[in-house]
Amino acid sequence: MELDPNRRRVTAPGPMPPETLRTISGDRGLDHEEKLIFEIGRQGVTGVDLPQVQISDARLAGLRRKSAIGLPGLSEPEVIRHYVRLSRMNYAIDAGLYPLGSCTMKHNPRLNEKMARLPGFGDLHPMAPRSTTQGALALISELMHWLTTLTGMPAVAMSPKAGAHGELCGLLAIRAAIAARGETRPRILVPESAHGTNPATAAFAGFTVDEVPAKPNGHVDAEALKAKLGPDVAAIMLTNPNTCGLFEGEVIEIAKAVHAAGAYFYCDGANFNAIAGRVRPGDLGIDAMHINLHKTFSTPHGGGGPGAGPVVLSAALAPFAPLPLLVVDGDGFKLIEDRDELRLFPEVGGAKPFGRMCAFHGQMGMFVRALAYMLSHGRDGVRQASEDAVLSANYILASLKDVMSAPFGEGPCMHEALFDDSFLEGSGVTTLDFAKAMIDEGYHPMTMYFPLVVHGAMLIEPTESESRESLDRFIHVLRELALEAKAGITARFEGAPRLAPRRRLDETAAARKPVLRWSEERFASANEMVQRTISGDERPEQKRRAVDTVAE
Amino acid sequence: MSETRFTDQHEWVRLEGDTATVGITKYAAEALGDVVFVELPQKGRKVGAGAEAAVVESVKAASEVYSPVGGEVSEANAALEAAPGGVNDDPEGAGWFFKLKDVAAGDFAKLMTAAAYAEFVKGL
Amino acid sequence: MRYLPLTPDDRALMLKKIGAPDMDALFRDVPRAAVVPLSAFDLPDTQGELEVERALSKLAAKNIAAGAAPFFCGAGAYRHHVPSAVDHLIQRSEFLTSYTPYQPEIAQGTLQYLFEFQTQVALLTGMEVANASLYDGSTATAEAVMMAQRITRRGKAILSGGLHPHYAETVETVAGLSGVITRAPVTPGNAEDIISLIDDQTACVVVQSPDVFGLIRNLRPIAEAAHAKGALLIAVVTEIVSLGLLESPGAQGADIVAAEGQSLGNGLNFGGPYVGLFATREKFLRQMPGRLTGETVDVEGRRGYVLTLSTREQHIRREKATSNICTNSGLCTLAFTIHLSLLGEEGFTGLARLNHAKACALADRLSAIAGAQLVTPAFFNEFTLKLSKPAAPLVDMLAKKGVIAGVPASRLMPHEKSAANLLIVAATETSTDGDFAALERALKEIL
Repeated sequence: MELDPNRRRVTAPGPMPPETLRTISGDRGLDHEEKLIFEIGRQGVTGVDLPQVQISDARLAGLRRKSAIGLPGLSEPEVIRHYVRLSRMNYAIDAGLYPLGSCTMKHNPRLNEKMARLPGFGDLHPMAPRSTTQGALALISELMHWLTTLTGMPAVAMSPKAGAHGELCGLLAIRAAIAARGETRPRILVPESAHGTNPATAAFAGFTVDEVPAKPNGHVDAEALKAKLGPDVAAIMLTNPNTCGLFEGEVIEIAKAVHAAGAYFYCDGANFNAIAGRVRPGDLGIDAMHINLHKTFSTPHGGGGPGAGPVVLSAALAPFAPLPLLVVDGDGFKLIEDRDELRLFPEVGGAKPFGRMCAFHGQMGMFVRALAYMLSHGRDGVRQASEDAVLSANYILASLKDVMSAPFGEGPCMHEALFDDSFLEGSGVTTLDFAKAMIDEGYHPMTMYFPLVVHGAMLIEPTESESRESLDRFIHVLRELALEAKAGITARFEGAPRLAPRRRLDETAAARKPVLRWSEERFASANEMVQRTISGDERPEQKRRAVDTVAE
Repeated sequence: MSETRFTDQHEWVRLEGDTATVGITKYAAEALGDVVFVELPQKGRKVGAGAEAAVVESVKAASEVYSPVGGEVSEANAALEAAPGGVNDDPEGAGWFFKLKDVAAGDFAKLMTAAAYAEFVKGL
Repeated sequence: MRYLPLTPDDRALMLKKIGAPDMDALFRDVPRAAVVPLSAFDLPDTQGELEVERALSKLAAKNIAAGAAPFFCGAGAYRHHVPSAVDHLIQRSEFLTSYTPYQPEIAQGTLQYLFEFQTQVALLTGMEVANASLYDGSTATAEAVMMAQRITRRGKAILSGGLHPHYAETVETVAGLSGVITRAPVTPGNAEDIISLIDDQTACVVVQSPDVFGLIRNLRPIAEAAHAKGALLIAVVTEIVSLGLLESPGAQGADIVAAEGQSLGNGLNFGGPYVGLFATREKFLRQMPGRLTGETVDVEGRRGYVLTLSTREQHIRREKATSNICTNSGLCTLAFTIHLSLLGEEGFTGLARLNHAKACALADRLSAIAGAQLVTPAFFNEFTLKLSKPAAPLVDMLAKKGVIAGVPASRLMPHEKSAANLLIVAATETSTDGDFAALERALKEIL
C-alpha cells in the first residue's frame, strides 16, 4: 500500500490526569475573569454617537456642572464583551433547576418578552392622553379579571411594585378600614414561620407584631392564634400554603374567628402556585392577598427584580384601595387619580382610597408578561401547572425522606418540601456545607435556614417546569450527597464550592469594612489584587468562617 | 471582690462594688459567628434590668443585648466599634460591651451563677 | 401544554412512587368545600403562541406609541433613545432569568454589575454611597423621608411645592404614619420660600430639581438652612439625564438623593417597571434601605462581590428592618448601568447638552405663539407654558389630531387653581424639527 507521510495521523486520546495548568492570562478556557468598567474605560471613547451641539448657560440658573463626573468611556464592542463575560458567571433558570422554596423559579416564557416589547405597550407614556392608551388600560382590566377570578375576590389594587409593597398596600387598607370604624387596633398577629417581609411590613405600617407559635406538625397553632385575638388586634398575616409547604386546613375556622373578633385576614400569596386554578383564597375567608407576578405568573426574576405585587381585596377592604382606580365611562377606560373625581363614578362612589402607593399606576411591563402567561396556559393550564408543582414536590419528598430528614414527611406536602438538618447530625456537615456542595454539582442551592421553625431548614420547590428526567437527576445527586455526609465522607463538603467562578467569599470582611463602590484611591490596590488574580499567585487558604446562624 | 453572673439571654455581668461590666457569653459569641458591628448605649443612659441596651450584629443575624441589671451607663467599649471582632476573640473579657454605675444590687442576686448557667447551656 | 414537561406517564409513575392513588390525595389537607371545578372560572382555556400574540397585538394597536406621533410628555417619565445593545444584553438568559444573588459564588455577574451601578449612581449624584436600587423614584423619596425621620428622631417633613404630586402623595401615604408631612405652596416657575418653614422639629426638607414644572432649583441655600436647624436635605431628581449638565445634589449639600433612573436603559412602559436610585453620605450608611453590594475576596484571594450589611434588611431584622423591601429593580438596574456604560462621560454629558438645546429651541418657538407664555426661566429638557385657555381639554383635542402635546399640570394637581392653564412640555434627543413644527402649528390653530 502507499502511505502519504503528509497525511495527518489521528488516534483516540487516552485518559489524562486532572488539569492544573496555570494559564498566562488567568482565564481558563471559556471561564473569563472580568475587570470593572472603571478599570477598562478611558477618556475619549464612547459607545453612542450623538450630534454635537453648543449651548449657552443662559437658562441654567448658574448651576451648570463645573467638574467631570468621572464616568469611564467604552466602545460598543467593549461594553458587549464586558456584560457577556459577566453574564457567564451567573446561574439562571434557563440553565438549570432552582430548588428555591418560596421563590417559585419557574420557566420564563419568551413570548412574554416579545409581547412586553410591542411599541404599543413599551413606548407608551403613563400620562399620555387617555384616547391614546385605551389598549393598555384594556389590558390592565383583563389582567384584573384574571386575578379576581382566580382568587374569587371582588377587587384588586394594581399599583404595588413587588410582593412586599403589596403587603404594605394590604395592611394600609386594613388600617384605613379600622380607622373608618373609629377604632384603634395596634396589634398584628404573625406566625413565627412567616417570611421576614411580613413582620417588617407590619412594623413599617405602624403596627406592633405579636408572634403566633407553630405546632410540632408545622401548622400554625390555631388555638393559640384565637386566644390572641382581641379588640386591639387589627389583622393576622398568614401564608397559605404555609412556609413549611403545608396547607393550613383550619384556615376557614381561623378566618371566621378573626372576623368575629373584628379583625382582618391578610394572606401572603407567595405560595399561590400550589393552588391556583383549584382553590380560590376568597372562598377561605381572606380579606387581602398580594400575588407575586414574578413567582406564580412567570415574570422573570431578573437577578432581583422587577417584580409586581397586585393585591386582591375583599368587599370589606375594596373601598379603601389606593389611587388610581380604573373605571369605564362613555369614552372608554379611565384612570381616576384624584379623590374628588370619585363621586362622578357611581361604581366607585363609596371609595375612600387610603392614598397612593407610588407614582403612576403599576408595573405595566410585568402586567403584559403575566397576561401572556395566563392566556397561554388558560384556566386548564393554570390548574395543571399547580398540580404538577405539587406532584413534583411530593415526588422529591417521597424519593429523599429515607436518607434526608423531613420533619413533616408523613403526609403530603404542597408545592414545596421541607427538610431539616437532623440527618446531618454528627457528620460535621452543616446545611450550609451541603448547599455549597450542590453548587459544585451544578445546582443552585435550595432555600436554607428558612423557615426558622425547624433547625437548619432546607426548603425545596421544584415548580412544574422540570421534566421527570431533571427531577430524577436532582434527586440522585441529593441522595448521594446525603449518603456521603452521613457516612462521614466529607471531601465534597470541605471547602465547597471549588468549581464555581468564585469559591467561598469573605462576608465578614465585607461587613466589617464595607467597600461599596470603586474609587480612584482604591484603584491602585485593586489593580494589585486583580494582577494577583491573573497571575494566580498563591495565597494561604483563609480560615473558613462560619457564616450561618446555627451553632453546631 | 467581683463576681460574674449570667442571664438566660446569654449576657454576663461582673459586679465590683456598685459598678457592673456587661457582655455576651462565649456560647452566644460562638453561635453568632463573626461579629461585624456593635451598637453601644450612650454614656449617661439609664437602663432597667431586662431592657434592650445594645445590638450585636453578625453577617447573618442581629440580636438585642439586654442589660442584666438596672443602672446608668458609665462607659461603652469604644474599641469594639472599631474592631467588632474583639467580641469573638475574648467575649467574656476584653470584648465587654458597656459598664454601669449605681447598679441595683437586688437585680444581680436574681441572676444565674456560672455553674447554673453552664447547666442551662447544656440543656439547650 | 408547551410549558409543562410532565407527561401522563410521568405523572402516573410519580404518584406511584409517592404512594398516592391520585392528585386529589395530595390535596387532602384542603377542605373539600374549598376545591372548585374548572368550570367555576370564567376564563378561556389554553391557547397557542399565535392566538395569544394576535390578542395582545390587537390591544397594543389600540394605543398610539410615543414614537408614532409628535410627542412631548415628561412629568416624571422621559422618552430617550436606548441603544440596541442594551435590550440585547439584558435578555441574555443569565441576566433575565437569574435569581437574587444570595449565593455569591454563582452570581458574580449580577453582583459585579450592581457594584458598578452603585459607583455610577454615587458619581452622578455627587454622594458617597448608593444602594443597589429601589422600586422607583417615588418610593425612594418616601424611603428617604423615613430614613431622615429615623436619623434625626423627628417627624416633620416639608415637601417643596415643586415636588411631583405623585411623589408627594406617596410620601404622605407611607411616611405620614411616622410624622407630619407639610406641603409648601405651589409656585409654578418660581422657587417658593421653603426656608421659612424649617424649624427645629423638622426632620427633612424634600426638594425636586428640576421640579415638576421643569424649573431648576438652587439647593445650596436650602441645604444650609436645613443643616442650621439640624434637619436633612433630600434632593429628588426625576430626569437623571439632567445630572449630565447640572451640578450634582451632593455638591450642593444634599444629605440623601432619591431619583428616578427610568430615562436610561428603560422605556416608558406605561409607568413601570422603573428604577429607584438612592444615595447618601457614608455616615448614614446603616440607616439606608435596600440591598448593598460590597467588595471582598474569596478563599483563594481573588476579588469578588457579595450582598452585605444585610442585617438592615427584612429577612434578618424582620420588624426592626430599615425597610420591608425584598425584590428591587434587578433588570431595570442592569439596563440603566449598561446604557450609562455605553454613554460614558462624553456620551452622557453630550446627551444632556443635546436635550437642553432641543428644549431651548422648542421653548423659543412656542413662547413666540400668541396665547402661550414661558413660565420657567431656567430648565433642563422640560418647561412649562401658561396658555390662554385651560390646558387639559386642549391636550385631549390635540391628541385626537395626532399630536401628544405634553402633560397638563391640572392632571397632576387638580385643586391648584394656578395650574389650570399650565402645560408641561418635554423635549429630548428623540424630538425632531418636524415634531416641533407640528406642535407649533397645532397650538397656533387652537389658541
